[in-house]
Amino acid sequence: MAKAGTMPGTGTGSGGNDIHGGGRYLSLGPADRQAMLEVVGASTIDELFASIPASVRFADELPLEDALAEVDLLRDLEAMSVATAGHRGLLSFQGAGCYPHYVPTHVDALIQRQEFMTAYTPYQAEVGQGTLQSIFEFQSLVCALTEMEVCNASMYDGGSSVAEAVLMARRLQRRGGRVLWSEGLHPGYRAVAETYATHLDVDFELVPVGEDGRTQTAEIDDDVLAVIVQQPNFFGVMEDLTGLGSRVAESKAKFVVASAEPLAFALARPPGRSGADIVVGELQSFGNSTNFGGPLVGFMACRDRDKRNLPGRLVGRTVDADGKPGFVLTLATREQHIRRARATSNICTNEALCALASCIAMCSFGREGLRELASINLAKATFARGKLEESGFRSVYGAGHFNEFVIELDVPAQQAGAAAADEGLSTDSVPAGMAEVIRRCAAEGVIPGVPLGRFRSNGSESGGGVWAGRANRDRQLLVCVTELHRSSDILRLAEALTEATR
Amino acid sequence: MSVGGPEGTGHSGALSNRSQQGQLKQEPLIFERGGAGRVGFSLPALDVPAVDAADVWGAEQVRDTLDGFPEVSEVDVVRHFTRISQHNFGIETGVHPLGSCTMKYNPKVHERVARLRGFASAHPYAPLETMQGVLWVMQRLERALSAITGLPFISLQPAAGAQGELTGVMMIAAYHASRGEARRKVLIPDSAHGTNPATAAACGLEPVEIASNERGTVDLDSLEAAMDDNVAALMLTNPNTLGLFEEQIDRIAEIVHRSGGQIYCDGANLNAILGKARPGDFGVDVFHINLHKTFTTPHGGGGPGCGPVAVAEHLEAFRPRPVVVERDDGRLDLQSDRPLSIGQVHTFYGNFAMMVRAYTYIRAHGPHGLRQVSEDAVLAANYLKARLADHYELAYDRPCMHEVVFSDRRQKQHGVTALDICKRLMDYGFHPPTVYFPLVVPGALMIEPTETVSLQELDEFADAMVAIAVESREDPELVRQAPHSTFHRRLDEVAAARYPVLRWVPDLGASSASSNNSDNS
Repeated sequence: MAKAGTMPGTGTGSGGNDIHGGGRYLSLGPADRQAMLEVVGASTIDELFASIPASVRFADELPLEDALAEVDLLRDLEAMSVATAGHRGLLSFQGAGCYPHYVPTHVDALIQRQEFMTAYTPYQAEVGQGTLQSIFEFQSLVCALTEMEVCNASMYDGGSSVAEAVLMARRLQRRGGRVLWSEGLHPGYRAVAETYATHLDVDFELVPVGEDGRTQTAEIDDDVLAVIVQQPNFFGVMEDLTGLGSRVAESKAKFVVASAEPLAFALARPPGRSGADIVVGELQSFGNSTNFGGPLVGFMACRDRDKRNLPGRLVGRTVDADGKPGFVLTLATREQHIRRARATSNICTNEALCALASCIAMCSFGREGLRELASINLAKATFARGKLEESGFRSVYGAGHFNEFVIELDVPAQQAGAAAADEGLSTDSVPAGMAEVIRRCAAEGVIPGVPLGRFRSNGSESGGGVWAGRANRDRQLLVCVTELHRSSDILRLAEALTEATR
Repeated sequence: MSVGGPEGTGHSGALSNRSQQGQLKQEPLIFERGGAGRVGFSLPALDVPAVDAADVWGAEQVRDTLDGFPEVSEVDVVRHFTRISQHNFGIETGVHPLGSCTMKYNPKVHERVARLRGFASAHPYAPLETMQGVLWVMQRLERALSAITGLPFISLQPAAGAQGELTGVMMIAAYHASRGEARRKVLIPDSAHGTNPATAAACGLEPVEIASNERGTVDLDSLEAAMDDNVAALMLTNPNTLGLFEEQIDRIAEIVHRSGGQIYCDGANLNAILGKARPGDFGVDVFHINLHKTFTTPHGGGGPGCGPVAVAEHLEAFRPRPVVVERDDGRLDLQSDRPLSIGQVHTFYGNFAMMVRAYTYIRAHGPHGLRQVSEDAVLAANYLKARLADHYELAYDRPCMHEVVFSDRRQKQHGVTALDICKRLMDYGFHPPTVYFPLVVPGALMIEPTETVSLQELDEFADAMVAIAVESREDPELVRQAPHSTFHRRLDEVAAARYPVLRWVPDLGASSASSNNSDNS
């Protein structure tokens, strides 16, 4: 680890405005403090803290490292940034719910405008019209993309949006019951939903994908609350949403469609046209970097009839006292600050600025551009799949994919040494054969994908584990190809994998 | 320094605000801009064979058009979002004295650090040997938060304060369950945030409200009466939402712990006590931290946040998985195999880009700087309390911490409410304070200036508040009709909720476009 060139702390009282210390963001100086104490009628600052009982007052110095000047801070953090793969320019084919796409420069520039970036939640509509209008546009775009009727102002991430969809399905039907979810639903989404449902009368049941990679049909009994599938599914495969939707429509269950990569909907039949009751997921792909998996942009859309059961913030159009059109947060009686214990969710802060980035990116791509972007993703992934098949790697699923697909490698499927597995270390939880392939590829500057063997049962899933069948997953690699990858990059991937498995 | 009364305060704020607003126009929706065929971004030429989606997916799976998306150039996009941004009020525009929200300056260097390529482009499923830098930041932030809170273990995973609450209460429920106890009740003071009872309900527990005493703090008799072996936890906010430290925190902790309950503390008000008191030292078992408040990651118009949870040793095993661990060889790793964990609350590991900013903030301050932050924040709130006490009714007349709560009782005699005062403050160039919260104070005005407001700005704010108090007596209609200088006057929230219009629909485009155009002309 890099060692910072720290200066010794100079310790003037509680820090003050020391140029070598942490005083640069403080708006008061020593003379101000003295004048203010006089107005307050206190002789020392400690008098103002007298309500903290002496028994619990903290008299020592916090055991923290000394303050760093900005130049040293940057030196420290740049060193840490360099210690990651992205910085070293490794060629990555990792997606699996967090996608590498190009973020146009103006998107990041616009969200850094202080009027957006530093603004508070627009409860005071007269001074928050910028945020409110952008959210209204965001809601409109997500509705257009999914062909749903109402969309909220964002959720934390795909995982919590699936969790909230389960809770909403339960509210809509005023009962507990079973949730059928596809093996092709992101394992992270399933894990979060299980956590949220820990104390509720909801059970989960895994529906496997078939040999084509699409969710198999399952019996939908009367006690099923919801059926949840993902489009494209976790394996990159395009589901037959229309077929699934019509089966769910014959039951009492709600049809929930999740999407980690809704870019596909620029080309694919949208879930709203296939009978979805609730559409949730992740808009990180539009305008947001991967950021080690957060912040992301969860979203949740529903039918107009169900809008009063939707969690989270909603922006509606209205007029001001002069009849001028404007926007406000609305239907707030669903929310915790009004309804408290009877709110639809406890969510308060959401991912507004990331949603704004998505909104700006979607506008910039536009009606034709977004379709072109999706087409390029499909073409590049198709090309990559073909090249890998030519190199002798079997692609696992027959049905059409979007920008991800699963290949199977001829590596030993067994786990790493028992000791490492016991420790539950995530790197070592990747099966040894696959881990070795990835190490060799990385040495050649390529991270070839996400090994499906890394998603392991924690033993607590009520839905019967992460995967319907285990053994082959340990040999499988989920490969993501987007507009960022040139054809030469794809050839490098094929070469690196060929070398690494020789 | 002007320690002014009503004289000379005038309406200068309103006038300067109006001249700035002269540049503002009603900006139509992005859908009403643009024209067929315009594009706002570029893509390299396709260097692989084109693929027809219908061939891969089947014709019935393909969509023909993307109705409802605009066609705009990059310039259109930049002008549109710049123009609507100018209808917003940001921290760099002026003071946001929002109680319980800690709206402090967001340092510029944070944005630079968070965008370092290694951080911004890190993939959550990358091999961990290539991710040592991001794990280092997480480990260091955990250590720093542990030092600040006096609680030994941290989970960085919750994406916001409310999710931190959910995580914390679930850990408490799991702890009781592990001891074979099924405790159902969560005690919550009547001054608490709405997220507290909503969280308890989300965990399938029963929130039970307990009254505050005449000093604005937890009433020990009510607490004693409510306490039994069915109580899972007390959800406390300390300092509380009235800006008051729970002076009897020792007794409170003793009463709750004696019956086997846990103390959950909402950390919304941590900015008052950095280096002055530590939750771990005053009996707290679980404490959540809002990085977007105390550690000033930008509020973003509503998010993203980051809501780490700090816990005592006996709750460590219940933390969300995975957790950052240091191996024997010094390498950092993420450990998932944790059988007692409540599970995952985030798809990946939480809002990493916020963690980088918060770590940077803590390192910029060091221990002395952080203590100075709290001292200045508390001094600023007490200064406003002193300047305004003759003009507004104090909810509790005793030294406050980092925020002070007034009520609109005096102004109401003239028909002026807290909401009117809020709207009138906009005319003077300020963001309004938090109003009508906490619920225990009718017509509450909850003011938290933070340490990043100068004495001149504090005086300007106090002068404006004093002027509004005078206006409320002499010209109440002026205040009731405010704001007068913002581009929009008061917006009709009732109509918005009664006839919800929640998206733009292409078919209706013409009608909404014409209403916009009439304002532009």
